[in-house]
Amino acid sequence: MTTFVAPVIDWAALSAILVIAGTGIVGVLVAAFVPASSRRTVQVVLALVAPLAALAVVAWRWSVVVGGGESTLVAGQLAEDGPALAAQAIILIFAVVGFAVMASRLPNGEEAFAPQGAAAPGSAYEEAARRAGLEQTEVFPLALLSLAGMLVFPMANDLLVMFVALEVLSLPLYVLSAMARRRRVLSHEAALKYFLLGAFSSALFLFGVALLFGFSGSISLPDLGTAAATTVGMDGMAVVGFVLVLTGLLFKVGAVPFHAWVPDVYQGAPTPVTGFMAAATKTAAFAAILRLLYVAAPGFGWDVEPVLWAVAIASMLLGTVAAIVQTDIKRTLAYSSVAHAGFALVAIVSLSEQGPSALLFYLLAYGLATVGAFAVVTLVRERDADGNVTGEATHLSQWAGLGRRHPVLAATMTLFLLSFAGIPLTAGFVGKFVAFVAAADGGAWPLVVIAVIASAAAAFFYVRIIVLMYFSRPEESERPGADAVEPGALTRASLVLCALGTLVLGVWPTPVLDLLAQAAKFVV
Amino acid sequence: MIDYSWLLVAIPLASAALLLLLGRRADAWGHLLGVLAAAGAFVVGLLVFLEVMGQPSEDRIHDVFLYSWIPAGDLHIDAGLRIDPLSLTFVLLITFVGTLIHIYSIGYMAHDAARRRFFAYLNLFVAAMLLLVLADSYALLFVGWEGVGLASYLLIGFWNHNLEYAVAAKKAFVMNRVGDMGLIIAMGLLFAAIGSVSFTDVDAAVTAGALSTAQVTAVGLMLLLGAVGKSAQFPLQAWLGDAMAGPTPVSALIHAATMVTAGVYLVVRSRLIFEASPTAQLVVACIGAFTLLLGAAIACAKDDIKKSLAGSTMSQIGYMVLAAGLGPIGYAFAIFHLVTHGFFKAGLFLGAGSVMHANGDSTDMRTYGALRKVMLVTWLTFGACWLAIMGVPPFSGFYSKDKIIESAFVGEGWQPWVFGGAALIGAGVTAFYMSRMFFLTFHGKARWVEAGATVAPDDPRPVRHPHESPLVMTVPIIVLAIGALGLGFALTLGNGITGWLEPVTGHYDHDAHHAVLPVPVITVTTLVLVALGIALAWRQYGMSPVPLTAPTGSALTRAARRDFYADDVNEGLVMRPGQHLTRTLVYADTAVVDGAVRGTASGAVGLGQLARKLQNGYVRSYAAMILAGVVLAGIVLHLVRM
Repeated sequence: MTTFVAPVIDWAALSAILVIAGTGIVGVLVAAFVPASSRRTVQVVLALVAPLAALAVVAWRWSVVVGGGESTLVAGQLAEDGPALAAQAIILIFAVVGFAVMASRLPNGEEAFAPQGAAAPGSAYEEAARRAGLEQTEVFPLALLSLAGMLVFPMANDLLVMFVALEVLSLPLYVLSAMARRRRVLSHEAALKYFLLGAFSSALFLFGVALLFGFSGSISLPDLGTAAATTVGMDGMAVVGFVLVLTGLLFKVGAVPFHAWVPDVYQGAPTPVTGFMAAATKTAAFAAILRLLYVAAPGFGWDVEPVLWAVAIASMLLGTVAAIVQTDIKRTLAYSSVAHAGFALVAIVSLSEQGPSALLFYLLAYGLATVGAFAVVTLVRERDADGNVTGEATHLSQWAGLGRRHPVLAATMTLFLLSFAGIPLTAGFVGKFVAFVAAADGGAWPLVVIAVIASAAAAFFYVRIIVLMYFSRPEESERPGADAVEPGALTRASLVLCALGTLVLGVWPTPVLDLLAQAAKFVV
Repeated sequence: MIDYSWLLVAIPLASAALLLLLGRRADAWGHLLGVLAAAGAFVVGLLVFLEVMGQPSEDRIHDVFLYSWIPAGDLHIDAGLRIDPLSLTFVLLITFVGTLIHIYSIGYMAHDAARRRFFAYLNLFVAAMLLLVLADSYALLFVGWEGVGLASYLLIGFWNHNLEYAVAAKKAFVMNRVGDMGLIIAMGLLFAAIGSVSFTDVDAAVTAGALSTAQVTAVGLMLLLGAVGKSAQFPLQAWLGDAMAGPTPVSALIHAATMVTAGVYLVVRSRLIFEASPTAQLVVACIGAFTLLLGAAIACAKDDIKKSLAGSTMSQIGYMVLAAGLGPIGYAFAIFHLVTHGFFKAGLFLGAGSVMHANGDSTDMRTYGALRKVMLVTWLTFGACWLAIMGVPPFSGFYSKDKIIESAFVGEGWQPWVFGGAALIGAGVTAFYMSRMFFLTFHGKARWVEAGATVAPDDPRPVRHPHESPLVMTVPIIVLAIGALGLGFALTLGNGITGWLEPVTGHYDHDAHHAVLPVPVITVTTLVLVALGIALAWRQYGMSPVPLTAPTGSALTRAARRDFYADDVNEGLVMRPGQHLTRTLVYADTAVVDGAVRGTASGAVGLGQLARKLQNGYVRSYAAMILAGVVLAGIVLHLVRM
């Protein structure tokens, strides 16, 4: 009989995760015990301070780890190394700007979330809750708990931990997706779809883990690599298991053909949640894919490249083609996010040495523009006949002429769109550049050519929105007119940060690229 | 101080950003910040200049590495500054004249609600222009090149509520893009041939003969196309006249003193390329000689004071381009004339602005006349700049233009006669059109009526109340007029500007080459022609009465009034075919691309339809899709493994 040996736990290395998870739990208590008058303020402060504190902790760990301090923690279940910390830092940055947008209210005091999540849409109860000015402040602890899962994801060195992190990050997001204040039925539908498909992909992931365990007798990624190199026979099991695990992760990044949920969920979820989810979840899932590919895959001795090639090409092409025919800004951005999953994959298909740093930079550039773009979407609103601000004006025709009425807001949106399109002097350009160079260095020339063509085609629908904002006059239509509202202080700060980041990373990316280049080494 | 030269660009850029971001909150003091930023850049420029002056002349070229711009494998582009006598000459000109024009604008734009935005754009322009001249590679130069184009666009269209002005801005923008294509192609060619676009690498490669003659000629001609677009030379000259729609300080700074001379800078900066290709160099000189006559003819025919000055600017830049096309003999003189021209032409424009300010923003010289008595300071300063541009000794134009005319007469074969002849005739015509402007504006009989005076009801003359401009406007003009008076002489003292520029423009032994005519003969002929031009103008516009509406004039005058049909030519050659092309493209887009999308949407197997069909909203289909993906991935992986 084996005796249980308690693992040594390096609490310091876990402190960033602990800060976030701890604050999330405190937030639950706040929602229960703090009086309603100050509840929301406390929640917002907690939700903004915690990621900042965690960011400081990550910076401290970075100074410990980079330069030879990489190690595995908790009996090898977690890995603390450069790529993990870099991914955590990027996720935390997205959390700060994303939460700021979530916490903002419109000038008329309306917030993004339903006053009472449990009330059926259109019911008298809902109306009463709205009149009473109730607010569902639980969204902040939920977001924090999801963030905790995202922070574990890049560190997970073991398939079960990875699975738990996947669930921890997903479950709160399902709930958050259902919380939109307006168009609640759409929001509910989105959340249910997200949940069902998420559960389906989790099941696939778990099944894959079981098969891989059966194949190698271990669930740790490095062991898996080693076992694969020595085990003879049973290859079928390994192949199926590996594909299933990879599928679970590709589902989270929204790559074709596992992308079907993306447009529906991005459209239905409350826009601030969409922005945060699109940026942070993608980063966390890509970080997990990085570790799976760079630590476990080489041991199998077979080539996962063709699968990644196919997924990357399909994502870029389908994302681009489908985005062109959309008429809803949120769906356009959703398909653009699918295309970006493909572009990001290009960086790592050939498992080249610059792959991880290129991918992380790409995600940083993409995420800043994403949070910013969705923040702008929250501000463009319809008005009813009395001039009251109502729901978001998401139909593209409603954006016509925005540049004339709100030059600064339109210019900010333009900057994000140009970054998506990869125009020089924006972060998106440098991101695409380093990603494609990384692929080319790994010999994936044909893929780079396809990627360049796809990004040229993708530029079309970004520029179309810019043209719409500046050069089109609003046409007469049955849709209510749209106008932008003044951003709240937090949204304004978030927009400024995202825009600055997009510009600075485009004009002077070297320091960040150098930092990320140090982060290329995985601990085994 | 050289290490801090990045401040030159950073200070005005930061100020522009601040003014734009702060919005109306900065309205009260925005213009002061704008002036301070320009002045700050001048102080930094002066300090760098003094430090470089203290060094021996062979050590005066510095490359300041800023940061690695796009570091990725072999495609490595650094951002860095080139500090040398050429760039410093431009820095001082831009920041000094720029500061004066900023100050002048305080008064000129005092009544404009958007004054802060105006100063933000001016600062943006100064930053971009400094980046253009300080860049150490064609790539970074191009950033500045586009930056000044953008600032110019914003400022020409500053009063864009007027549709005509907005159209003018667009025209300048489009014609500049044509030139930019040349610059981009030149960079592409250089990159393909030697894998770098930094000045150091390109110069080394050209010196080592790494490029074939055909390659060098192609690069040279493409650079020239860029220069021609920016400097309003033939055949891309038509935008400059329309650019006068912008506020007058903008015309003075951007469309006279600095931005339009960027083409000359580009040619001089790329001199090794042009020296390696005699063909390209000859084309440069031809374009310069032709434009100097074309611009002068346009200037003679225009009644709009600013458009006449615009023609004059074309013509004077033609002189500079001609000098730059003459080879090593001319580079330093091109820059010399560029500097003196920067002063007296800015002075003329600001003077014109002062006159317009006094006449209710009218630009029609036929409604001026006899303004000498009411605008004494403007008259005196305008007079100094007038004498300078005509090249009357001892005013500054005499020193710089005379050198160009002399150099044009050096050489063999037909060239000295053609180029020299053009330069000589140009000097005479310059004297005529400038005197015409001067006499029409300040002398003769008043063709306006003082407000409040009793007039006959059928008097066609407009009612005006001309007055001298405030000090904040006249002081900058006085400073520029002093430059027009003394700068030419000052820059020939000691080694002069030619000696200062020698590390960049190369040494040229002037004693070893002789003009085809003796120098005194050239000088005397020039002065005689100038005197003739003045006399002719005095006879026609000073002594005799000037009608309020322009007479029909000869065919030449009519053609010149319409910019020699440049607009019609552009419309016929570029715009209509361009519109046809876009229409065809739109048609192709509708028929082919949209058709393909629609076709696939209505067809059975198209991607669009497939995507739409797949995205049917049913969770079960989505799950099936995921499953299909898994199966496919498994099969692919299985096949690859075997």
